[in-house]
Amino acid sequence: MNGWTDGQIWLLIAGLGIGTYLIRLSFLGLIGDRELHPFVMRCLRYVPVAVLPGLVAPLVVWPAATDGQPDPARMLAAAAALMIGAATRSVIAAILVGMAVLYLGLWLI
Amino acid sequence: MPMSNARTHFAAGIRGGLPFLLVLIPFSMLFGVLAVEAGLDLGQTMAMTALVIAGASQFTAIQLISDNAPLLVVLVTALAVNLRMAMYSASLAPHLGKAPLWQRALIAYTLVDQTYGTSIAYFQERPGLGLRDKLAFYSGAVMAVCPLWYIFTYVGAVAGAAIPEEFALDFAVPITFLALVAPQLKSLAHVSAALVSVVLALALAWIPFSLGLLIAAFFAMLTGAAVETWGPGARPREART
Repeated sequence: MNGWTDGQIWLLIAGLGIGTYLIRLSFLGLIGDRELHPFVMRCLRYVPVAVLPGLVAPLVVWPAATDGQPDPARMLAAAAALMIGAATRSVIAAILVGMAVLYLGLWLI
Repeated sequence: MPMSNARTHFAAGIRGGLPFLLVLIPFSMLFGVLAVEAGLDLGQTMAMTALVIAGASQFTAIQLISDNAPLLVVLVTALAVNLRMAMYSASLAPHLGKAPLWQRALIAYTLVDQTYGTSIAYFQERPGLGLRDKLAFYSGAVMAVCPLWYIFTYVGAVAGAAIPEEFALDFAVPITFLALVAPQLKSLAHVSAALVSVVLALALAWIPFSLGLLIAAFFAMLTGAAVETWGPGARPREART
């Protein structure tokens, strides 16, 4: 248990829910059918490859499960998922191989 | 476009969302387990999962609640983790922005990493796709992903049975994101953007509230656009999107 009251937790849930919804609605809700500038369009094409690798990198290099210590099994698993995904263009193949390499690595190393 | 196409694209959307379930199901169960462990009751756990539907920020919030962080810090940090969704929203606006407001309101509610990732890949591969077909695909992806997110959070919260640590589910999240990104590394511009994102995110990891990631993503996005415009093999704009 922790020092949070029920009221505080409900306040957090409400704030997080409303805030997250407004973030999601931002452009979809405001812009509607207005056209975006070509440069904005060009930037947006790179949003996924700009956000997700940066989100993943610290999780791979400093995993929380090992208290932030670099872990060879997790790094190998990440490399495997990346390579299989790039080679096969298959999300599920990349996940399966990545998790298989992880379990193998944790078992062997 | 014939009417039957919408059904085809809806089915394609379901298929697009399905691969994520492999990770999303254990992930949502884990959230249920950890939320109850952190002291939330069943109602609070389900309210958070239904109102927020954003795994990374929910785990962030739960972690900080367990650490007994102040309310404002938890709120700001968890929202910062979700700021990337403004970019998703902007990225989908050219594709779905012509839909009626009530539909856009629903799209916003269901805009998660998985529905965004699979939809934007599908839309970009099919430049001629109409609004109706795009909405059909998006709805399919939502149907595949969102209901199971709620259901398995509930299962995790009720069962409460700790998933053994040797399953290393902590790492299912990075693996999923990598599996999603890897197939998109299809040009020098994409690879450059990804590299800048990784290097800056690691270099700026010391900045609190996940702001380092937002800065890294911003410059990575500009890098991709710059390499596409001026790099080798730059193509005329009209040929794409």
